[in-house]
Amino acid sequence: MNNKRENFLNKSSRRGFLKVAGISAVAIGAAPAIKAVSIASGGGEAALPVKTAKTEALTAKRWGMVIDTNKITEEVVESVVAACRNSHNIPDFGIQPDEEKYPNTRPAKKMQEIKWIWEEHYHNAFPEMEDEFLADKFKSLPFLVTCNHCKNAPCVQACPTKATFKREDGIVIMDFHRCIGCRFCMAACPYGSRSFNFRDARPFIEKINPEFPVRSKGVVEKCNLCAERLERGLQPACVEASEGAIVVGDLEDPESEVRAILKENYAIRRKQELGTEPSVYYIM
Amino acid sequence: MSRNAIVAGLTVFVIVALFPFWFNIGRTNAAPEAELSAKAKAAKKCVLDKYDMRANHMSLLDEWRDTVVRDSKRVYKSANGKTFGMSLSTGEDSCMGCHVDKEKFCDKCHNYASVNPYCWECHTDPKEVANE
Ligand code: SF4
Ligand code: SF4
Repeated sequence: MNNKRENFLNKSSRRGFLKVAGISAVAIGAAPAIKAVSIASGGGEAALPVKTAKTEALTAKRWGMVIDTNKITEEVVESVVAACRNSHNIPDFGIQPDEEKYPNTRPAKKMQEIKWIWEEHYHNAFPEMEDEFLADKFKSLPFLVTCNHCKNAPCVQACPTKATFKREDGIVIMDFHRCIGCRFCMAACPYGSRSFNFRDARPFIEKINPEFPVRSKGVVEKCNLCAERLERGLQPACVEASEGAIVVGDLEDPESEVRAILKENYAIRRKQELGTEPSVYYIM
Repeated sequence: MSRNAIVAGLTVFVIVALFPFWFNIGRTNAAPEAELSAKAKAAKKCVLDKYDMRANHMSLLDEWRDTVVRDSKRVYKSANGKTFGMSLSTGEDSCMGCHVDKEKFCDKCHNYASVNPYCWECHTDPKEVANE
């Protein structure tokens, strides 16, 4: 008798336990869903953080650049290159590093350079268009070349880590955090627009601009169309320094300034035959 | 004979294995307190609250860098209502814009915890820039 009752009790408690366990399992499983519903209906505790672009940011469907070669002089080239250098902490390996701050810095090799925008001769900028009877003016004219932010960018396809990528607005930009320095992109770019950091650049930066980071040894860098300035509603540094020779704008907006200029003038792009669809135009 | 050798060997082993413990007996190695700059003190609120920040600032920065570089969004309105520039070192509303003293703020704990983040290979320390 006693034995039977005990058995019964045992049984019932086991059943009870299983019941409770089953219900709690369901409850635990449902908790996130309940929570989500309560948040969605405004019952959540704190407001969630919001990430936005700046309201003053300049935007475009596809950014492009027009360079008026008639307005480019040696002085313009110099101030454009300097403006870009200063705003992006690009090292100048020609300078003598500060002995006190950077003692025992290895002197730079002659060939070393980091270029975002630089001067090039016509026959290097447009090698396929060289001609025996080329107009004299092109033989001496300085050309400014930079990353073309190609519509069909081979560097983006080559990058194995997606450190180089194309933004929705057409800017081909780099995530320096992700770059592993494999330099596939450099091999892929037909314009030599990319430079590799073989060494710490800090000793060779005359004055560090706190508005932009420097780069570490082992990453590739190139023009970013001043994405950080466009964000703040400012024109790219080169445009500001160019005295009207460089204009950037939306290539896909028929009303934009760049489109108006392209409608009026004969403009060419570099190595068009390669199919990279550069977004930088040169008015001849 | 072999018993003695084993015991001796074991004793030596135990002493050596426990070296870090007995070596540190009686020493105090208090965890450092990060020192807030006057500016940070005056601001009162950081992006997240203090303990959350202490534990999760690295994930926050990781998230920020992707948002800035990939999505071109640079403004962060925190859950506490304050707005920040999503940047470690650029601008007044960035991390270093408020925590101006890297040595007393960042390095103190990083050194203690023996972590060596490579943020500073590229991002500038406000002091380094001011000394220019
Ligand atoms: S110019 Fe070179 S680096 Fe720039 S987008 Fe084209 S391929 Fe890439
Ligand atoms: S060097 Fe950097 S950016 Fe270039 S392909 Fe390699 S990972 Fe990509």
